[in-house]
Amino acid sequence: MALLTVKQLDVHYGAIHALKGLSLTVEAGQIVTLIGSNGAGKTTTLKTISSLLRPTSGDILFDGQSIVGRPTHELVRLGIAHAPEGRGIFANLTVDENLEMGAYVRRDKVGIAADRERALTLFPRLRERLTQSAGTLSGGEQQMLAIGRALLARPRLLLLDEPSLGLAPQVVRTIFDIIRDINASGTTILLVEQNAHMALGVAHFGYVLEVGQIVMADRAETLAKSDEVRKAYLGVG
Amino acid sequence: MGYLRAVSPFLGAIVLAFVMQFGVAPMFGAYYQKLLIDIGINIVLAVSLNLVNGFAGQFSIGHAAFMAVGGYAAGAITYYGSFHVFGDALVHHGQGDVLFLAATLVGGCVAAVAGWVVGLPSLRLKGDYLAIVTLGFGEIVRVLLQLTDDVMFKRADIEAASVGTLALALGGALGFGGLPFYTSIVWTYFFAFTLLVIAVRLKTSGEGRAFLSVRENEIAASAMGIDTTRYKVRAFVLAAFFAGIAGSLFAHEIGTTLNPRELGFQKSFDIVIMVVLGGMGSISGAVLAAIVLTLLPEFLREAASYRMIIYALLLISMMILRPQGLFGVREVWELYRRPKVSRPQVRPPGSLP
Repeated sequence: MALLTVKQLDVHYGAIHALKGLSLTVEAGQIVTLIGSNGAGKTTTLKTISSLLRPTSGDILFDGQSIVGRPTHELVRLGIAHAPEGRGIFANLTVDENLEMGAYVRRDKVGIAADRERALTLFPRLRERLTQSAGTLSGGEQQMLAIGRALLARPRLLLLDEPSLGLAPQVVRTIFDIIRDINASGTTILLVEQNAHMALGVAHFGYVLEVGQIVMADRAETLAKSDEVRKAYLGVG
Repeated sequence: MGYLRAVSPFLGAIVLAFVMQFGVAPMFGAYYQKLLIDIGINIVLAVSLNLVNGFAGQFSIGHAAFMAVGGYAAGAITYYGSFHVFGDALVHHGQGDVLFLAATLVGGCVAAVAGWVVGLPSLRLKGDYLAIVTLGFGEIVRVLLQLTDDVMFKRADIEAASVGTLALALGGALGFGGLPFYTSIVWTYFFAFTLLVIAVRLKTSGEGRAFLSVRENEIAASAMGIDTTRYKVRAFVLAAFFAGIAGSLFAHEIGTTLNPRELGFQKSFDIVIMVVLGGMGSISGAVLAAIVLTLLPEFLREAASYRMIIYALLLISMMILRPQGLFGVREVWELYRRPKVSRPQVRPPGSLP
């Protein structure tokens, strides 16, 4: 059964119709990516799933249960963690405190310690910087912190919003390797990306979003080979 | 053990309060002893407002209104209560101090309820909008207090009056005169140190980091599973409680008059300045700013008519030179702790540039 099902979602910003009957499914255990250009509605989709925005109509089912209208902080308890666009780290807290905030909803100290260790193993750079203010990290390190912090909620579904944004190509590659590792250890991921090449490289399934509508949906490797995607998003041909 | 650890800082607050009264205060004359009380009250006000403006990042400019609510509630209880118990409104040490303590706590609770009532709907607003609501609340409190009836001072009248009548006899625009002077250095610093213990514990605990994270980034905080509205209301209620306590201390202090004008916008703004000057989120910064800004106008008294200009110039230059306040979010004891930057000499293969 699908872990996440989005049905006929409509979202408006005032008079602007941002999502127009968007539907998608995320199968448990997979990486699903949502690619598209600026303003296509990718971030809007993620924000609506994690209840930071309210849809005007449509339904969102997580594990078979409707989650529309439930506040964001409750969704974290259900197992949806959102690493927001622009990283959203707590700049004046230390790296360690940021990670601690990730585990805010949990009480199992042993499990938290294990997951903290796992995050620090995935991102050795964070271990070197534990006592530093998060605001002093480089962009790539902040992105690592945002992902590591989201992992500490031990999510069943991880929502990643543009993890490659503003990062050097080498850093992007490292981050995507880690995204693959996170998925391999059992976390389902919905990945929003402008960097279609990298996203389709790690994902199992992909959706192409254009002005609020899904225009293509297929297995990631099929999409990567399709002429339209190659032309529009991969800059080939 | 855990119980002892929880209680001992508050016992420490009592001991320190007595040290202030019998160790520190005798070194000064009566005038400076009153200044010491002023400083203590301002510490309570600045540190409590810091919980809202600094910790939770909500810009409130109506703190004096909570002070007024608490001060008037406590004042009415000690004044009219004294008539019922002692037959007059003079200071009766012992029993009277107990009455004062009870009144102060009730004043704090009334202010906390006011904080909750104002906070619940308005904390969904952000930034400037919240500031405007708190400003409006302050004005409403001021105007309502000006509309109250004259203070009663005849024992027979007071004993015959109903609680409702007494609750409205708060002196109106003239102020609530005749309150017994119970506020001492011990009481003031007991509450100041208690608040400091709570504030420091809050800042260093997981709960405190939840507050800070709301300030840092509300969206990210809710993505961590934090109910941001609840935290904001909580900060507001706690801050209002201590503002109410400070109001009671102010009301029962020698040389002050409890009147609506004293506790208006100007007073709220004085407290905001202390928090901003100290550094939003810095407890020790708020304390230091409270001390400096209480003493500064006194020391500038020599300069007579120019003192407010000098005061203003000092504030302006401060904001230009250190816009983050004296300490930013840090504490005095963190100033010399440099952030540890450990860059490895040789980068392991595959690590980031």
